[in-house]
Amino acid sequence: MMSGSLLLTLPEVILSVGALLLLMIAAFAGDRATQLISALAVLLLAAAGVSLFGPAGSGGSAFGGLYVADSFAAFAKLLIYGAAIVSIILAHGYFERAGALRAEYPILLLLSSVGMGMMVSATDLLTLYVGLELQSLSAYVLASFMRRDLRSAEAGLKYFVLGALASGILLYGISLLYGFTGTTLFSGVASAASDGLSTGELFGVVFVLAGLAFKISAVPFHMWTPDVYEGAPTPVTAFFASAPKVAAMGLLVRVAIDAMGPAGTSWQQIVIFSALASTILGGVAAIGQSNMKRLLAYSSINNVGFALFGLAAGSADGVAATMTYMAVYIVMTLGSFLCVLQMRDAAGNQVETIASLSGLSRTRPGLAAAFAIFMFSLAGIPPLFGFWPKFLVFDALVAVGLWPLAMIGIATSVIGAYYYLKIVKTMYFDEPEAAYAPMESKVEGGLIALSALAVSPLGYLAIPFLAATSMAAAKALF
Amino acid sequence: MNQLGFPILTLLIALPLLTGVLCLFTSASTARWLALGATVADFLLGILLWTSYDVGGAQWQFVESVPLFGRFAWALGIDGIALMLIELSVFLMPICILASWDSIEKRVPEYMAAFLLMESLMIGVFAAQDLFLFYLFFEAGLIPMYLIIGIWGGANRIYASYKFFLYTLLGSVLMLIAMLWMARQAGTTDIPTLMAYDFPVQAQTWLFLAFFASFAVKMPMWPVHTWLPDAHVQAPTAGSVILAGVLLKMGGYGFIRFSLPMFPEASSTLVWLVFGLSMVAVVYTSLVALVQNDMKKLIAYSSVAHMAFVTIGLFAFNRQGIEGGLMVMLAHGLVSGALFLCVGVVYDRMHTREIDRYGGLSNNMPKYALLFMFFTMASVGLPGTANFVGEFLSLVGAYGANSWVAAVATTGIILGAAYMLYLYRRIAFGEARTTEAAKMLDLRPREILCLVPIALATLWMGVYPESFLAPMRADVGTLLARVERARPQSDAQLAMGKAPALPAAAAHGEAH
Repeated sequence: MMSGSLLLTLPEVILSVGALLLLMIAAFAGDRATQLISALAVLLLAAAGVSLFGPAGSGGSAFGGLYVADSFAAFAKLLIYGAAIVSIILAHGYFERAGALRAEYPILLLLSSVGMGMMVSATDLLTLYVGLELQSLSAYVLASFMRRDLRSAEAGLKYFVLGALASGILLYGISLLYGFTGTTLFSGVASAASDGLSTGELFGVVFVLAGLAFKISAVPFHMWTPDVYEGAPTPVTAFFASAPKVAAMGLLVRVAIDAMGPAGTSWQQIVIFSALASTILGGVAAIGQSNMKRLLAYSSINNVGFALFGLAAGSADGVAATMTYMAVYIVMTLGSFLCVLQMRDAAGNQVETIASLSGLSRTRPGLAAAFAIFMFSLAGIPPLFGFWPKFLVFDALVAVGLWPLAMIGIATSVIGAYYYLKIVKTMYFDEPEAAYAPMESKVEGGLIALSALAVSPLGYLAIPFLAATSMAAAKALF
Repeated sequence: MNQLGFPILTLLIALPLLTGVLCLFTSASTARWLALGATVADFLLGILLWTSYDVGGAQWQFVESVPLFGRFAWALGIDGIALMLIELSVFLMPICILASWDSIEKRVPEYMAAFLLMESLMIGVFAAQDLFLFYLFFEAGLIPMYLIIGIWGGANRIYASYKFFLYTLLGSVLMLIAMLWMARQAGTTDIPTLMAYDFPVQAQTWLFLAFFASFAVKMPMWPVHTWLPDAHVQAPTAGSVILAGVLLKMGGYGFIRFSLPMFPEASSTLVWLVFGLSMVAVVYTSLVALVQNDMKKLIAYSSVAHMAFVTIGLFAFNRQGIEGGLMVMLAHGLVSGALFLCVGVVYDRMHTREIDRYGGLSNNMPKYALLFMFFTMASVGLPGTANFVGEFLSLVGAYGANSWVAAVATTGIILGAAYMLYLYRRIAFGEARTTEAAKMLDLRPREILCLVPIALATLWMGVYPESFLAPMRADVGTLLARVERARPQSDAQLAMGKAPALPAAAAHGEAH
């Protein structure tokens, strides 16, 4: 029985054991071995991903219902591991230039990935909490990874204090749910909620949702996002904007559908409010930004809002749309951050102002074209592939009769389009500024090209595949 | 497959697209020749398309359908209306490339790529037979046009490019929600099937309004036309030609492909809205055009007025009106495009569009003055030119629907003559107001090559409109049959005359 359960958690086992081994290598070999450790970490993540095609991908419940290996978890984990791999690869050049190449970075990412894997597989409120904390604690350290840099230290501290507060809220919600339903299992909570929510259970639901909204940085729990994104080292920001978002969104979807499904109408209004507020605030607040990383922070708030629309529909279509949204979103966002990493002045220092992008289309046409593709795609302008997930979430809303919400939601996407256009305008319409330093790494260039191609109109060819896999993932919850 | 044995519509779309990508990696002069080659090749394919189109044959021809995207298909196919609009696009494109030959000096490869992409998307809009494929093409056109205005435009280009993009985007997103609902309701995304599907009357009003938001902006109708003068003034010459020549036609095409056949009842109940806005547009924008000092702005406002004839004609619910609306679309595409080219000719020499800086051009530029006069007359709607046919039919149709609308719209013809002739007088007659204007040289061969084909096409359309009406006739008939059940009652009812009591007959009767 136990060995069967271990087999189902194979990805987590691989990553945990691997991370511990790598930690030993790091302890003895020091930072010289960073490159080797990074390479091994990528291999471990890839191995964990491959293991999902075995029983760990669809084996069912493990550890007496605390953990589940289903296609929903597998879909989310593949996205998470992919994003983590890219985050490791893109970090190397950055930390090398900053003279801060440290072996702990890939290891922390691995530990964070273990936590994220547990988050999306959790079917018990405590598994959920342990996974979330494992992910968060690694993230706090990562945010302050450049420990001599004041901004990075501030980001880490801010993230930690606010994150701890959110964890407290979440834990309080869990304790309320446990107190009023007598169980921490999702299935138990669901059966207790099926005859309507008592006041205590309702409070529990609200607190749990508030804690999770913090993790996906949905309005009104988004305040930490711009500061942390700006202060954290850029590769870490890229990581924050991708993998943990998928994990937290997956977790939120599972909690909402699995544990609180019978009380759908109670959380639906919360999700609708949060989604609308995120798309509007993420759009409006981004307009005044002059720092690229802050702008992308607001962009992530905006996009999370759209992904939440899928959950608001509460149907299998909606969940599939949300998961597709996250899949396309991480490609766009990682691509954007890869481009941000290329923003270096002639001396090799990282620059982050939007103004420094002026005239990029003439100094670096390829980079500018890729950047423009990501921006138009994030804005959801067809024919770029970023349009497709937006299409799906609104389709899910229309299918359940929420077309007035879809009308309002899609109108807010026009606000967002404005600031993405501003980036394109800066790159294409303005006179050139000092050129950036040339690209150093072929790998980064290749990754940019690959992700740009994926969100180009060629991405539409992937629709049948994405639809089948995301639907299989969503069906696992219904 | 189709009567040609190869997927000609896909080829029409793919050829400019691929050449455009290729252009990005070449030098300026290679890019020019590549772009010209691709657009001419597309034009030749267009001729082949027209000659092999079977007039009176199946409603949808050259149909291709590959279920490539799961939820929607790469489905193409054209009827006579789409055929004519595709012909217009492929005819204007080589002229646009020629018009930009020398006047665009910076970033030529990107410019050519943007234009070729634009051509692919325009053809795609007219050929799409799948609801969502149509939306993709329809919306995607924003990106190249945004870049064309923003990079190669005039002084205030950035404001204009934003306004163009956000205005049209806001209009279209509501249409997307309506499309999603329709696809759910009808269970298909196939446009021909949807054109025969009866949506609930209650829902039709909402759907109509959502589509109206998009097409009215694109058209543009008063009061959502304000993006157009800005976009036209700031866009480079060829950009204006494409904008006026083809992009505005997407609005009219949308009305005829979606609004009328899919929501006949709503079209009928909301006809007052369309007529009301069109009547205001005809009079108001014509008056605004009268007081413009900027040549391009004047022509832009005249476009809004001409487009109002299209909407009036299309919503007249009778054959003359719909055929007239379609003819105005085609004619306006040619004539306003040519007028923008004429402005471009003098703009390239003087770098100003201010009317007061010109004058007396008939002295030093006789060929230019002749062609410009021809297009001025065409824009006024002189018999023998394309606009006359369209505007006349459109007004006849409008009169059949509502005589007040026809009366107000006719004042637009008079006002149109006023502002165009006034423009022509200030530019071509009298003495040159500036020394630069007096020194300008006459048309170069390349410019003649741009303008003369349009002039010939305008004459052809004016003298023998049957060539253009014939392919569309059956499709207009299908549309009429579809909307017949909802046709609003005309205000001009023929009353059966009461026969006066004939004394002779009475006497005759009595005699028996």
